[in-house]
Amino acid sequence: MPMNIVVCVKQVPDTWAERTLNASDKTLDRAKVDTVMNEIDEYAVEEAIRLKEAHGGEVTIVTMGPDRALDTIRKALSMGADKAVLLSDEALHGSCVMQTSDALAKVIGTLEYDLVICGSEATDSRLSVMAPLLAERLGLPQLSLARKVTVEPGSSVTIERQTENGYTVVTSALPAVVSVVEKINEPRYPSFKGIMAAKSKPTTTLTAADAGLEGELGLAGATSQVDEFTPRPPRSGGEIVKNEGDGGTKVADFLVSQKLI
Amino acid sequence: MAEVLVLVEHADGEIKKVTNELLTLARTLGEPSAVLLGGSVASLAEKLGEYGAQKVYVAESADLDDYLVAPKAEVLAQIVADTSPTAVLVASSAEGKEVAARAALRSGSGLITDAVGVSSDGETTQGIFGGAIAVQAKVTKGIPFITVRPNSTAAEPASGAAEVVTVTPNISDAAKGAKVTERVVEAKGGRPDLAEAAVVVSGGRGLGGAEHFDLIEKLADSLDAAVGASRAATDAGWYPHQNQVGQTGKTVSPQLYIAVGISGAIQHRAGMQTSKTIVAINKDPEAPIFELADFGMVGDLFDVVPQLTDEITKRK
Ligand SMILES: Cc1cc2nc3c(=O)[nH]c(=O)nc-3n(C[C@H](O)[C@H](O)[C@H](O)COP(=O)(O)OP(=O)(O)OC[C@H]3O[C@@H](n4cnc5c(N)ncnc54)[C@H](O)[C@@H]3O)c2cc1C
Ligand SMILES: Nc1ncnc2c1ncn2[C@@H]1O[C@H](COP(=O)(O)O)[C@@H](O)[C@H]1O
Repeated sequence: MPMNIVVCVKQVPDTWAERTLNASDKTLDRAKVDTVMNEIDEYAVEEAIRLKEAHGGEVTIVTMGPDRALDTIRKALSMGADKAVLLSDEALHGSCVMQTSDALAKVIGTLEYDLVICGSEATDSRLSVMAPLLAERLGLPQLSLARKVTVEPGSSVTIERQTENGYTVVTSALPAVVSVVEKINEPRYPSFKGIMAAKSKPTTTLTAADAGLEGELGLAGATSQVDEFTPRPPRSGGEIVKNEGDGGTKVADFLVSQKLI
Repeated sequence: MAEVLVLVEHADGEIKKVTNELLTLARTLGEPSAVLLGGSVASLAEKLGEYGAQKVYVAESADLDDYLVAPKAEVLAQIVADTSPTAVLVASSAEGKEVAARAALRSGSGLITDAVGVSSDGETTQGIFGGAIAVQAKVTKGIPFITVRPNSTAAEPASGAAEVVTVTPNISDAAKGAKVTERVVEAKGGRPDLAEAAVVVSGGRGLGGAEHFDLIEKLADSLDAAVGASRAATDAGWYPHQNQVGQTGKTVSPQLYIAVGISGAIQHRAGMQTSKTIVAINKDPEAPIFELADFGMVGDLFDVVPQLTDEITKRK
């Protein structure tokens, strides 16, 4: 039986770039930095494509973000996803995680799927709560932090959930919401053929109204707010010493001077 | 005084240190009540009084252990609805964040994760972008659900009545979707818990092989430290991936972090940058880890580490 899979993919500022917040509204400054697909979402896309290759079906990418997030969508399509939905609306700027999960759940609700796959965490927000929130909103089982996913199409899904000291085997009926950790696979690079094919794959762009979002959207309706932010001065004044045979002793001297031993 | 709920983190019949930290923190916000959820947990209630819990809400059901996260979130939301606390504090562990998020959603409330401080008016402090920016934030809708990182506050004992309030959990069928069928322990025991340890010694690709991790373990043991590893080391199978520190591993903020043979990639930094004191041992003077180090030793770890372990053992 074929498996239709929705993958939630976020566009984020490149982790290597100098990231900051806007002084005016204290939201993430997306304008000044290079953006990339959230690294772990590549693993989510890869896992979806592998499941599709094994069982048939379609992979749909869902992204909420500004129009430039189309670059990220194109990457997912060139890896092998079939189609995409971008939810893009100025009114969504400054959404908190509760609002974002509502928006994504509404978009996902319009699609046909057996599985929703998220990354375990976005490199900008680092919340790690989207899969649980989507499961709560969609009324579906939550199978999060998977380092291995096995499906019985049309019936069930089983994961190995990574834990502090090992793993937990968790199983549920389909449909379900899964999030994956980066141990799960090795994402492919888009092939030339994939990049060419992506150009003709369908991408739907929705506004907030198209997605049926109501009430106070974006910053005005957010459930949390940033009041202040201060760049931490880079750690400095560190002492760097070259080993001259007494390196271990020198480190121990430092630890003593700091009362750490 | 207004009630502040603290969700108790426990494993193998023991209360985690972070719970005592949260109870200590809760005392600055109001009157701390602990929430104890699990299959068979009532015996832990008394201990919570040692860190100031005035009440302990105890909800016992096998479903809380047998199904993933959703039952705990439902019961926490149920207790929140009954008590209308000023805030709910939860440990920033993987599961803690998930339970907090779902319970916050059910309560129509906002969520702040990974706080390292909470002031008496509910304003939180967090480090974002790997600690590069400090942010002051607050929840503006509903009851603030705040997850707090281990090691953010020192746990201080205080006597609390720990009056047990038994809660009958109402767990819906919808919450029983994801069944836990097996729990497998892979990590070696004996050393302090990585997320909670006061000292962490981590090894990276510079170790060159699994057989050399005993250098790291010996140094760690001389300091009563937990052992961490970079992803290069866990991917190579030199050390269990549960010990990985970084963006996709654990986030640690110990008093002392010693990075051995680790270059300091951005994803590694994301998990250790907020450590109070950072020591790096690396043979490459250009390694980015030195940008973070309070003390950097440029040298071969195979010379430096054994000498360091000896010196520490001698001086203790
Ligand atoms: C999605 C994603 C998630 C990731 N998550 C994480 C994560 O959670 N944690 C993490 O750590 N990484 C993570 N990484 C990987 C990260 O990018 C780096 O590849 C990794 O941290 C490198 O590990 P390392 O420093 O041990 O190895 P290297 O970068 O190879 O550094 C080894 C260092 O050892 C030094 N060295 C070698 N021999 C000696 C010697 N004899 N004495 C002293 N020094 C020596 C070298 O000078 C070098 O600086 C992630 C990557 C991706 C793409
Ligand atoms: N704006 C978004 N659009 C699509 N997916 C998202 C968005 N935000 C978060 N996600 C998904 O949720 C995961 C976890 O993000 P977070 O909970 O923000 O750390 C990511 O890896 C994505 O799969």
